[in-house]
Amino acid sequence: MSETLREIGFVAARSVRRTVRQPALIVPSIVFPLVLLAVSSSGLTAATKLPGFPTHSYLDFALTVCFMQGALFAAITAGTELATDIESGFLDRLQLTPLRPVAVLVGQLAGAAVLSLLATVVYLVVGVIAGVTIKAGVGGALVLIVLAMLVSMAMAGIGSLMASRTGRAEAVQGLFPLLFVTLFLSSANFPRNLMPVTWFRDIATYNPVSYLVEGMRSLVITGWDSTALAKGFGFAVVIAGLSFYGAARGLRTRMART
Amino acid sequence: MSSNLAVAAAVAKRSLRHAFTNPALAIPSIIFPVFFLVAFAGGLQKVGDVPGFDFPSGYTAFQFVFVFLQSAAFGGIFTGFGVAADWESGFVRRILLGAPHRTGLLLGYIVAAFVRWLASSAVIWVGALIAGMQVGGNGVDIAGMIGLGFLVNATATLWGVGLAMRAKSMQAGPLMQIPVFILLFLAPVYVPLHLLKGWIHSVASWNPLTAMLDAARGFISGAPTHTALAFACGAGLVALLGLWGLTGLRRAERGE
Repeated sequence: MSETLREIGFVAARSVRRTVRQPALIVPSIVFPLVLLAVSSSGLTAATKLPGFPTHSYLDFALTVCFMQGALFAAITAGTELATDIESGFLDRLQLTPLRPVAVLVGQLAGAAVLSLLATVVYLVVGVIAGVTIKAGVGGALVLIVLAMLVSMAMAGIGSLMASRTGRAEAVQGLFPLLFVTLFLSSANFPRNLMPVTWFRDIATYNPVSYLVEGMRSLVITGWDSTALAKGFGFAVVIAGLSFYGAARGLRTRMART
Repeated sequence: MSSNLAVAAAVAKRSLRHAFTNPALAIPSIIFPVFFLVAFAGGLQKVGDVPGFDFPSGYTAFQFVFVFLQSAAFGGIFTGFGVAADWESGFVRRILLGAPHRTGLLLGYIVAAFVRWLASSAVIWVGALIAGMQVGGNGVDIAGMIGLGFLVNATATLWGVGLAMRAKSMQAGPLMQIPVFILLFLAPVYVPLHLLKGWIHSVASWNPLTAMLDAARGFISGAPTHTALAFACGAGLVALLGLWGLTGLRRAERGE
């Protein structure tokens, strides 16, 4: 057990170093969601006047979309790192060592985890400075960070799954638009009960991203909503579990010693 | 003049063949605007009920016009990506050696971007009409809207090509698309200008794309508005970015 942890530590340290040395990776993943937040919260302020809109501030409503976008960047960061290691032959060289596939998979996520934590804290601080009130209080803000990190790791698992299956960074990059579409086809920008277009509301209802966003959002605009939180944590755990299982299987095949 | 046109035709033909025979390039530029239309017109439909929202053709048409101009801009940006990729492969260096009049290169890229955009905008038109979009404008109005789209497309192409000529690398990709993306979203995207409040109202009032977006929305609803201002803004942007593209080309010719 301690040996596995030591191995994870080695890979994680390398992953974190590699991520923090790339400002071109860090800056857009933090700035881009904030710019979109500024634009959409200003442009859609009028929507809060609609009867039944859950809050009087669209900024409060939209803050958690940043966390979701940050999670999508985590997927790409984690996936690209793993795919690059496969393409460059680094993974092949690791096969000459006693390193276990699980150490590679978990360790590789450290860079994405650090980036996600940094981004989550920045979004939260900027949001509060801009006037967002977290209805669930300080405890809620901490739970929000935990859920946002869990969602980021679930998305990072999807990126790793793609990388382990295809072994190509280009294929992982191609995943980003697809993930972005799932965000747009969810309740990220508008509450589901106010969507008059039935087919769109149905898609948003079957889209797990809606529940991830609504779980995080409930802490900001409602307070402690156990149903929304249970769904948010539940979907995040299920997505993480399935994607890591798939990624681990893919990596085991790639690292099979012959 | 004729050799400039010959160079333009050759570059446009090659660029179009490359774009339409490579699914990785063709599909995103066609699918993305459709998804934006679905997300905005479908998910935000209720925004059309906001007090003071008075667009006569309804929210689908209101959002369609934005997505239409957005696809024009991204058609140009994708062409810029192609030029950057051509630099990395060495194709641009070879064509700079072979072309007798290099200004034709810019013209060729503009033509290719326009044809690419026509293809993707046709898909958006079909999607919007299936979704029940109301079109109040006549043929002349729609031609006017396409004209504005062309100016946005040419502006974005010249921005992308000018940047590609300077950076000579695909690494310039984010710098190509992010300013365009931000400029587009600093216009009245979700509601008309008079419903915007605070800083976004001030910024959108000075954004040239606001005039173009308003005029295009006027065209589709059959009530043209600020037409002269919109075309003047578009022509001004093309002239400004034309200078950017041309100086980029000259720098590339000098090997800078």
